[in-house]
Amino acid sequence: MTLQEITSSAHNFEECMKCTVCTAYCPVVPVNPRYPGPKQAGPDGERLRLKHPYFFDEALKYCLNCKRCEVACPSGVKVADIIQSARLKYSRSKPKLRDRILASTDLMGSLASPFAPVVNPVLGLGVTKSVMDGLMGIDKRRTFPKYASKTFEAWFRKNAKAAQPAFQRSVAYFHGCYVNYNFPDLGKDFVRVMNALGYGVRLLDKEQCCGVAMISNGMASAARKHASHNEKVLAKAASEGLKILTTSSTCTFTMRDEYGELLGIDTASYRDSLLMATRFIFSLVDSGTATLVFKPDYKARIAYHTPCHLEKLGWGVFSTSLLKMIPGVEFTMLGSNCCGIAGTYGFKKENYEASQAIGKPLFDEIRAVAPDFVACDCETCKWQIEMSAGIPVKNPVSILAEALDLEKTAQANR
Amino acid sequence: MRFDTIIIGGGLSGLTAGLRLQKAGRKTAIVSAGQNALHFASGVFGVLNEGAVLPEGHPYSRIDTDKYLEEVKPFFLEADIRLGGDARKNGWRLSPSGAMLEGRFSLEEATLFPAKEDLKADKALIVTVPGFLDFNTAFLADGLEKRGIPARVASMDVQELTDLRTSPSEMRSVNIARVADGIPGKVVEAVKALIRDEDLVILPQVFGIQDAAIPAQIAEAIPARVLFVGTMPPSVPGIRTQLKLKRAYERVGGTFLMGDEVVAPVMDETHVKALRTVNLGDQLLQADHYILATGSFFSKGLASSMQKVYEPLFGLDVDYPEDRMKWYDLDFFAPQAYGGFGVMTDPAFRALKGGAVIENLYVAGSVLAGCFSQQFGCGGGVAILTAFAVADNILKEDTKR
Repeated sequence: MTLQEITSSAHNFEECMKCTVCTAYCPVVPVNPRYPGPKQAGPDGERLRLKHPYFFDEALKYCLNCKRCEVACPSGVKVADIIQSARLKYSRSKPKLRDRILASTDLMGSLASPFAPVVNPVLGLGVTKSVMDGLMGIDKRRTFPKYASKTFEAWFRKNAKAAQPAFQRSVAYFHGCYVNYNFPDLGKDFVRVMNALGYGVRLLDKEQCCGVAMISNGMASAARKHASHNEKVLAKAASEGLKILTTSSTCTFTMRDEYGELLGIDTASYRDSLLMATRFIFSLVDSGTATLVFKPDYKARIAYHTPCHLEKLGWGVFSTSLLKMIPGVEFTMLGSNCCGIAGTYGFKKENYEASQAIGKPLFDEIRAVAPDFVACDCETCKWQIEMSAGIPVKNPVSILAEALDLEKTAQANR
Repeated sequence: MRFDTIIIGGGLSGLTAGLRLQKAGRKTAIVSAGQNALHFASGVFGVLNEGAVLPEGHPYSRIDTDKYLEEVKPFFLEADIRLGGDARKNGWRLSPSGAMLEGRFSLEEATLFPAKEDLKADKALIVTVPGFLDFNTAFLADGLEKRGIPARVASMDVQELTDLRTSPSEMRSVNIARVADGIPGKVVEAVKALIRDEDLVILPQVFGIQDAAIPAQIAEAIPARVLFVGTMPPSVPGIRTQLKLKRAYERVGGTFLMGDEVVAPVMDETHVKALRTVNLGDQLLQADHYILATGSFFSKGLASSMQKVYEPLFGLDVDYPEDRMKWYDLDFFAPQAYGGFGVMTDPAFRALKGGAVIENLYVAGSVLAGCFSQQFGCGGGVAILTAFAVADNILKEDTKR
């Protein structure tokens, strides 16, 4: 092994010039003094860890992996990748049962969904919440996402699949756990909009959870299993010339960038084919390939929140551009702030206070703007904002499904 | 994706140009690769040091500076930034090293004195936060004593701020501000408890990261004259200014692409056709006009190797001598030739490449040739005034068509 191999690290930490701009944009630092901050946890700590793993600090678990440090860094250092890689590589703490349960979104969904009519009210009970709080450390103040009684995949097979081959063009859809188990309506909206644009929808050959929560809960080997499985099914769709569309910014970001940066999976086979639906629809409209026909009477005051991972992808502009195309929309761009939930982070009892404190500037701004609803491309932001700001949140694809005259759009794109 | 104008660089110059164009009804986008030099701002924008003789080719020689200087304060006020200072005359600020330095426009908590001698006091109290390393109290005390003002140094006892020492390496201006802004009353009480008979209290610029009213409120409640002095970076007033400019820009409909980087311009000999960015990939950015506001070496708008100095994005013409020995003076404090290296343009600030004008690519701010901002104290002025000029040139161009 050469000296270079021992002393250098992935994610270019040596580019750091110690300006501390990352710290200025870290949402955790002001609410949790136990967190060493992105510069210390990332590039500064990495030098020490390369010397000896003894220098690994378990306090790195307080990192939300929101990537705001990377977006802000003037030197292009992948600060959060350094932190998350270090956690996966050096952490000796084992994920608790609670963490394993929270991270296994698809397993929990497949168990809970068939019993949704029972599970939902039970999860909402004060007594259940107290038990989960006391036994497992899932905060009782948290509102749980509801489970759907019928999964999106089941709905698709029964109600939509047969009609899809009739379309001349096709896209694949990675729906993710949320659409499948919690909110199939978003998936249905996606199918309606794509069909109106002249595209048939195909599901992947047995997608699995993207594994983001496994990465953030230190379950590296489970995350790698999901990633290698998904790499294969995504690669297969891409090799058939399909674009693979998504309606969740975090699933997209995880499979597109985190698989490679954190799990060492080669994503080249599908990376350029994996797109947020809003990006795909925008490019159709922008290039004149498709036409959107809106309902003349649609009216809404919409405030848009950019989820952290969408900000990192840099694709918020596609969602906002589409929303601004709707004639009856009064549009407000909310400030760039983290909502504080960060997936499973905000569900944990030890993080609840910090999670709500991080989100407060965003909640305050939303209440001040008082829109009809908030638009956002992330499901966990939706839970957090609905619970904490008391204003409904809709995915831009669902807003399009509402605002479009789907029949006229379908005629225009025939 | 189409815009009227696309600006590369989201710092003081890029945001100023974007805001001016957007207010004039143009559809614009700003692409910003990471945060910018405003995060290192001193709290005062310099326009030109007194007595400086500008070299031929300085950007000011191509614009009506008197007219534009009058527009600076109203322009910033519309973005909710209340600049102090006299637009036509330099003032003097107390620097973090205890010297009096020139400047033209002060951000809210900073103070500009009409003359050096106007900093007067019988006794000064310099108050810092325990464990805060980015505020050199000994330099400040020295500087004050040289002006005949005896100074005492003390630390404020505020539990919430002391708690920040749990992460000593991140005990920075912004982190202090993000905690202190929630408890201005406790800061005031802690400072009051330290005052004996001093009539001047000096505090670091660590208050009001979102809201400039907070330092004002603290100063108001302390029974002595209060001066807020700059810290080592990051700069609290600078970050607040950036946030406010960006917010004002987005309010009037501007598209700010944060954390994206232009990598491959599509161009022919006279025009930029489109820009490719890391995040947008095959979705190219297209516009009638483009503005390069990428900053100088520090912001990576300019780069150098042992052999050459270059503009890394478009490969534009850069003004510098071939002989490397002429790039710099070994005396660190002497005027440095590299301070004037930058992109060459025509009188309308359109970029030159291979001696030919790129007709729809304008250049603004410290990436321009001939600035010498260190030597002449003109960094803020060049950023703002050339952005005004470039925006106006683009608007003029539009009316011609």
